[in-house]
Amino acid sequence: MNFDFSEEQYLLRDQAKKFLNDRAPPAAVRAVLEDDATSHDHGLWRDMARLGWVGTTIPEEYGGAGLNGEDLCVIAEELGRTLAPTPFSSSVYLATEALLMAGSELQKQDYLPDLAAGARIGCMAVAEGIGVAHATSIQTSVNDGMMTGKKLPVADGDAADFAIVLAKQGAVGDLSLFLVDLDGDGVHRTPVEMIDPTRSHAEITFEGAAAEPLGAPGDGWSLTQAIFDRAAIPMAFEQVGGAQACLDMATEYAKNRFAFGRAIGSFQAIKHKLADIYVATELARANAYYGAWALANDAPDLPTAAAAARVAAGEAYNLAARENIQTHGGMGFTWEFDCHMYYRRAKLLSLALGGERRWKDRLVSLLETRNSSGEE
Amino acid sequence: MDFNDSPQEAAFRAEARAWLEDNAERKGPGKVYRYKRGEPELIPAARAWEERKFEGGFSGISLPREYGGRGETRLQQIIFAEEEADYLIPPAVFSISHGMAVPTLLTYATEEQKQRYVPATLRGDEIWCQMFSEPAGGSDLAGLRTRSVRDGDADDADWIINGHKIWTSGAHYADMAILVTRSDPDAPKHKGLTYFFFDMKSPGIEVRPIRQISGYSNFNEVFMTDLRIPDAQRLGDVGQGWQVAITTLMNERVSSGVRPAPDFEDIFDLVRMTELENGPAIADGAIREKLADWYIKAQGVKLIRARLMTALSRGERPGPENSVSKLVSAFRRQEIAHFGMDLLDMGGGMVDPDLAPMRAMYQQALLDAPGGRIAAGSDEILRNIISERVLGLPPDIRVDKELPFDELPSGR
Repeated sequence: MNFDFSEEQYLLRDQAKKFLNDRAPPAAVRAVLEDDATSHDHGLWRDMARLGWVGTTIPEEYGGAGLNGEDLCVIAEELGRTLAPTPFSSSVYLATEALLMAGSELQKQDYLPDLAAGARIGCMAVAEGIGVAHATSIQTSVNDGMMTGKKLPVADGDAADFAIVLAKQGAVGDLSLFLVDLDGDGVHRTPVEMIDPTRSHAEITFEGAAAEPLGAPGDGWSLTQAIFDRAAIPMAFEQVGGAQACLDMATEYAKNRFAFGRAIGSFQAIKHKLADIYVATELARANAYYGAWALANDAPDLPTAAAAARVAAGEAYNLAARENIQTHGGMGFTWEFDCHMYYRRAKLLSLALGGERRWKDRLVSLLETRNSSGEE
Repeated sequence: MDFNDSPQEAAFRAEARAWLEDNAERKGPGKVYRYKRGEPELIPAARAWEERKFEGGFSGISLPREYGGRGETRLQQIIFAEEEADYLIPPAVFSISHGMAVPTLLTYATEEQKQRYVPATLRGDEIWCQMFSEPAGGSDLAGLRTRSVRDGDADDADWIINGHKIWTSGAHYADMAILVTRSDPDAPKHKGLTYFFFDMKSPGIEVRPIRQISGYSNFNEVFMTDLRIPDAQRLGDVGQGWQVAITTLMNERVSSGVRPAPDFEDIFDLVRMTELENGPAIADGAIREKLADWYIKAQGVKLIRARLMTALSRGERPGPENSVSKLVSAFRRQEIAHFGMDLLDMGGGMVDPDLAPMRAMYQQALLDAPGGRIAAGSDEILRNIISERVLGLPPDIRVDKELPFDELPSGR
């Protein structure tokens, strides 16, 4: 039994922690928060690429580091802890995964080296406005290689060079995935203001944009789900990292803030609240670690592990972010304190890849399938 | 990461499994162990099973060989417990004996006493109970009032004990007891305690079973009237009882792998066999959300246990894992029991095992679950432990630490 990261992975974590403490302190996140014209921290992104993080899971033959999903999760936890404002999740968890999973040899050679170097940024476009995107709701379509439709909101849609778009093949066709160059003709992008402005989002309109199929026609929905499953695991690590950061902030504040002649952290009303956040975070961490193992080993129950990690981590982060503000009292409610940056990120991350309700439903569906097929 | 046993662990597991296969019946659908807790027939059966394990070399797995143990690690002990959980065996009667009394004896008793008591306990000859809690000292254990007074001035004079213990599991069948008493009421509360062990057949002991809300009686009140204990049966120095008690509590057993019922799999089964007014219960969105929440908790506890095993296999001390798991599991069990009955609607209140699904598991658990949230560290104490020992938050302001015990306010 060795349910822990390896020594090398701990070294990677220390390196990531040190680098991000230095390069993505709260002031850097705030700079992106307060500047409407900036999609992300460009310098930070460049240096993350130089460190090889952006190409973590890309095989060495395509210019990546050739590491596995566990290594990616180690980095993700630190990104979540610091709120690093970069398109990492879109380009690495989604676009890179999509190309690794469904790309032709030619497509891999075209895109992966640039993705690994951070020279091109990818994103994934699924949602079409308010409400649940599902297999029969998607309206965006491709006819004769030209895409028409609107995707909203697209995480990192304004920062990205290309998008992987879920769309119908023909007016009534099956759903498929397509690669679209976002700087090409027939593509219009407008930034969309989100609950967390440190992560940029866009509305993308396609009016006869050139679209290249990714993966087999008709596989769009199942590929999207498979990509989301894999992305959910590093995303859960970002959430665990964020929850831990909130717990650390609240604990530190409770030790140093005095009221009624004593540290507020000596009141059980505060202690028990923080103990509950700790418990939720540990449950989330345990589920996320299992997801990391499933990711690195392509385990058959990866989808179940991913859904469990996603649900546990979303709940822990939202609880931690909410109660961190509460522990800080009135100051926690001010723009000046950093609590709200975590509160915003917690909610944004729990909606990315689909909301909590949907992941809970998926988790139960997967458990039903598992139990009826007699597996344990 | 690697969920497999190391070759050494795998070899031990295989050996344990082979032995269990030869010596016990494997669990199966509809098969339950013959006797429940609280039934008198359980005790001789539990003793016999313990003796069998002792003869087979599987009792006291992590205890030293010279006292009848196997001399292996706690990890091996957990592996055996995991395997044992697949067989129909008596509910734990020896957990206090092995997990609390024996480690305390090994730390504080004389060599002669260790030779006399430890092997006998591992063999199943002697069952121990733990006389700590009192009506005036539960979560606040150091508030206990049972008095110990020397019978004379000699340095090795006997002690005379008078007092009243409560929540003493197994006192009605135990052969031996460990006991914390107040020897100096003028000292501050943690400094005036002295620790003993004694024979439950001694004169001056009266055991009264306490009837729990489930109707069963697993624990007792114990009254001591002029109970005489030789000074040789004192563990630790006079006034050092608190430190000895901490040793006992630090050794509360690592969870054995026996899951609390009903847990996720049980409620999942019940939901899938239940039809509601609008169709199958499993199709109900609100119910699916609850299932998802219970699954991540059950799975989280299972995985936190895997982290504990990892720490043990590296020879590290366990962290706060048990506090987290116990807090989460005890509360979840109560929630699931409550919800399971709700699912049965107007029939949910029936407790007859022939009428209520799963042999009335939910109804029984509803009545058992409150005890789970109180015994062995209440929810509130566990939250204090987590916030103080893990998060490093300051302890509550204490008004009882420096004052002489006799001057503390005591309420009614």
